This record gives sequence, structure tokens and C-alpha cells, in this order.
Amino acid sequence: MSDALNEMGAYLAAKRTDCVLGWDVTHDELNVDVAPSNIRDFVEFLQRDPTCKFSTLVDITAVDYPARAKRFDVVYHLLSMYQNMRIRLRVGLRDREALPSTVSVHPSANWFERETFDMFGILFTGHPDLRRLLTDYGFRGYPLRKDFPTTGYTEVRYDEEQKRVVYEAVSLVQEYRQFDFMSPWEGAQYVLPGDEKTDQKT
Amino acid sequence: MMDGSKFEDAQTGEQKIRNFNINFGPQHPAAHGVLRLVLELDGEIVERCDPHIGLLHRGTEKLMESRTYLQNLPYFDRLDYVSPMNQEHAWCLAIEKLTGTVVPRRASLIRVLYSEIGRILNHILNVTTQAMDVGALTPPLWGFEEREKLMVFYERACGARLHAAYFRPGGVHQDLPSDLLDDIDTWAKAFPTVLADIDGLLTENRIFKQRNCDIGVISEEEIQQWGYSGVMVRGSGLAWDLRRAQPYECYDEFDFQVPVGKNGDCYDRYLCRMEEMRQSLSIIHQAIAKLRAPDGQGDILARGKVTPPKRGEMKTSMEALIHHFKLYTEGFHVPAGEIYAAVEAPKGEFGVYLVADGSNKPYRVKIRAPGYLHLQSMDHVASGHQLADVAAIIGTMDIVFGEVDR
Repeated sequence: MSDALNEMGAYLAAKRTDCVLGWDVTHDELNVDVAPSNIRDFVEFLQRDPTCKFSTLVDITAVDYPARAKRFDVVYHLLSMYQNMRIRLRVGLRDREALPSTVSVHPSANWFERETFDMFGILFTGHPDLRRLLTDYGFRGYPLRKDFPTTGYTEVRYDEEQKRVVYEAVSLVQEYRQFDFMSPWEGAQYVLPGDEKTDQKT
Repeated sequence: MMDGSKFEDAQTGEQKIRNFNINFGPQHPAAHGVLRLVLELDGEIVERCDPHIGLLHRGTEKLMESRTYLQNLPYFDRLDYVSPMNQEHAWCLAIEKLTGTVVPRRASLIRVLYSEIGRILNHILNVTTQAMDVGALTPPLWGFEEREKLMVFYERACGARLHAAYFRPGGVHQDLPSDLLDDIDTWAKAFPTVLADIDGLLTENRIFKQRNCDIGVISEEEIQQWGYSGVMVRGSGLAWDLRRAQPYECYDEFDFQVPVGKNGDCYDRYLCRMEEMRQSLSIIHQAIAKLRAPDGQGDILARGKVTPPKRGEMKTSMEALIHHFKLYTEGFHVPAGEIYAAVEAPKGEFGVYLVADGSNKPYRVKIRAPGYLHLQSMDHVASGHQLADVAAIIGTMDIVFGEVDR
């Protein structure tokens, strides 16, 4: 399998020098880094080219790396039922940078891109209907970004007086408990309760 | 007017008909959960269909980022709660690929056995409730009796009827009780009769055929466009099954057929599901035979860093005790990297995209559910059909909201 993947990677790198920034085969999977502006053309090429025929879009998602200059990795998974091969495309993206939509190539990209917009706030230019998908009507914020708290910002309850569901800011009766069991010898980044006093004394 | 002179259709104000928008769900029994469809109707014909999902969104992917790999496993039961173990399987495979864990043979066989039980669980539910959506009441009553028996097999293996948490990275949680294999065997021998009963109720039933034949026809091109998988593909004549095409676990040593349909309509998908159940039964029989064979004996966990030590060992070895404690508090570390692992879940290709950063928690997990893609094509498939066909199409797409909304 790896040979076929290496062959495919070399073929793509040779054929589309404008799109492919780099490629590698790890864990028996072919990864290709693609330039953001060319993603639509490249996906279309993969779909049309007879040696590729990556005609099924499996998944589109993003990964947030807040520390990086190119904060987001948008990840495309494609499958070729004809070559029996999978490929992963990675696109590095800055915050507030838009990405060309692939809906015109794969209609199935529609919800994936909506979800990625919903969860990460990544804009897709040329998307026919870029609404929020999974979150509540009128939701604000982008939940899967690393700086979004797991508890969220709002909570809902039924108000007996107003006879309707009301939105309120989250009030936690106790601090959100983030258990970190990483061993202190292996780089846990937290101060044990009580230990903060030793620094104050000295 | 009777002389054949031109008759202008009299359109009074009331007769000038505009399209009608209705809400289908989120509490409609045929919506299979909390689906809200905004349908635009021209008479009884669906013009546009806009699914609103997310009413069951629990933020699984976000929650998983703050929990250890082992703590995340039970979330997979709660995705597609009709066939829980198949979901866990994808998660275990992803972790095993990244850590390079080799699953012992017995565990691998047990996984196959329970994946196929999961497949039957799912197909019984789908076939019979889809029949209920188009008007039959008896099939679900008969089918659910069998599901109950299968859930008891789940319970006897792992202690829970539904939320199993049985497949673990490196194997399965516990070995099967000694008499369980015999009981599964007995059940698997009796089940074809029940299947034949349901077959007799539905397959040649005139109403069932009228409601399903030529409804929701899917072509090969549409499969590619909309990213279908599972029965949605096989119903249209493509023999695409991940168990065969990209074998995982030990499916390559099992002998089974991949049933395909001819017309790609709801009826062919129903027939595919019925035949797949029979194929699953054959796999179950083979798995039981292999589990009974001498090379099917042995440990059920790859003993190492990702799995707990044996109970007996913990009583005598301090190292084992420490390992056990660390495993269930800190959890195991997965080397940095990214992986996509997919299984042929009963509904289609269920995949997990896992990005690990070398710590004890996943950095990012994306769950790729087959129902998500099927549902998104609702507008495409249902347009031009009657309102009543919408229920049949939702049923045949096999949508469960646990996995669509995540």
C-alpha cells in the first residue's frame, strides 16, 4: 500500500507544482499540503484525473493551533473507490483568512463547510448557504476553537414567570474542574493546591 | 362552454395557490429522533427540503479534548446508539494504529463477533421501523424481540445493554463467559426463521412495495457527489464494503458475500439490509467456530502500556499496581501524529480523525458519521417526491441523531 501511496504523492507533486507544497506518507496515509488559494482547483483535479479519481469527499474539518501564525489547519479527506485509496489534504490558514469553497466540485462539502464555519469561524468564499449548522439558533462564538471554554458562555432555563426559555450567562456553582493527572515529572503545567503559598513566603 | 370554445381556467383569489412551508418534526415519530425538516410543498410534492440539525448536539468533539483517551471511549456508544460497539471499534483502531498496538487474536475475533451482532441490531431496527414509517406495525414488534435477545448478549459480555464500553484500545475489556458462545450459537441458528417471518411480512407485501419501489433512487454519480457509504452505495449496485475493500481487524479471513441492489431505490436497500443480516449470521457462525478453535484461545488484551495489567498480577506486583493506578488516572500517552481510521459501521463508513500531540488527551477528534452525509442530501433526494415519501426516504437513509449531531 505504501508504494502506491508514494507513487501517487510523487505523481501529484510532479503534476501540480502550483498546488502541492509538500507531501509525505505516514502511518500508511498520504498527506498533501496544499496552498489555500488553489484548494478548489486541486480537489477538482483529484476528482477528474483518471489516475486519481478521488471522487468521494469523506470529510472536511479543521484543527486549531492558537500558537501558530497560520492558526488553522483545514483538513480534507478524500477517497477513491476506484483506486481504493485515501488521501488527506492539509491547508494552513490564518485567522480571518477565507478559503475557496469546494461545494461546486463536491456537493457533499456543503454541510462540512457549514460545520467548519460554525465550529471554527472559517469563512468559505463561494459557499451557497454559509449558516450555522449544529449550534443553537442565534449562537455566538466558535466552540471548537481552543480559546472557547468547554462550559460555553450562556446557559438556558425555563422561566416560570415569563413562561419561556431564557438565556443567561453561565454561572458555575463551583469552578470548572479540569482534572489534569499528568505526572509532575513529565511536564504537568499546573501548581498543586497549596503549593502557591510557598512562593509567596520566599 | 360545452361547444368546445376556449375555456380559461377560472382562478379566483383563493385558487391562486402558493407553495406551502411546513415543519416536519422535531417531534414527528417518523423523523427518527430530533430532526426538523422545513419542507416547501407544492400540493403534495416536495419542492425544497431544508434539514435543521443540531437539536441533539452535545459537543462530543469538544468534550473529548479535555478527557483522556480511555475516558473518551464511552462517548462513542452515545453516537449511534443503535449499534454502539461498531463506533468504539473505530476509536480503538485509531489509537492502535498510532501506538502500534497489535490486538491478540481472541480479542480480534470477539470484536468481529460483536461488530456483526451490532450490524444485525442496527438492521433489525432500521428495516422494521422503516416498515412502520410506511404503515406496517407488526415488523417492529417482531424485530424488537430479537433485538432484546441481542442486547442480552451485549449485557452478558460487558454488563450494559446499550452503552457497552467493551472494545478497549488493545483488545476487549473482558473475556466472554463460557456459556455465552453456546447461547449466541443457538440464537444464530434460530434467527433465520424470524428473518424469514419478517421477509414474509414485507418483501412481497403490496403496500410495502408501492411505498418503496422507485422511491429515492440513487445513481452511481450521486453516490460520488454526495459521499454516500454503506447500504446507500450497495443498494445502487456498487459492491463497496470497507470490510472487503480495506480490511481491518481480521475480516480478511472471513468468508462472506457483499449483497448489492440493482435499482438503487428504497426497496433495494431494504433487500440489501435483509441479505446483510444473513451474511452477518454467517460471519457470526464462523467467528464462533474460530473462537472455539485452539488458536482462538488466549488473552484478550495486548498487555502493555495502553491496557491494564491482569488482576492476579496486581495482587503480587507493585509495578503492576502502579501501572494500573497511572492508567486509570493519568491515562496512556499516544505519540504525536494524525490518523484516520474507518470501519464499515452498519450505516456506512464511520471514521475517526484523531490528532494526537503526545499527551494523554487527544488534541482534536473529528467524528465522521455516515448519517451526516446521507441526511445532507435530503434536499436532493426528496425533491420531487410526495410528502409521504419523505418518511420512507428518511427511514431508508438510516439516520440516527446521536451520530448526526454528535
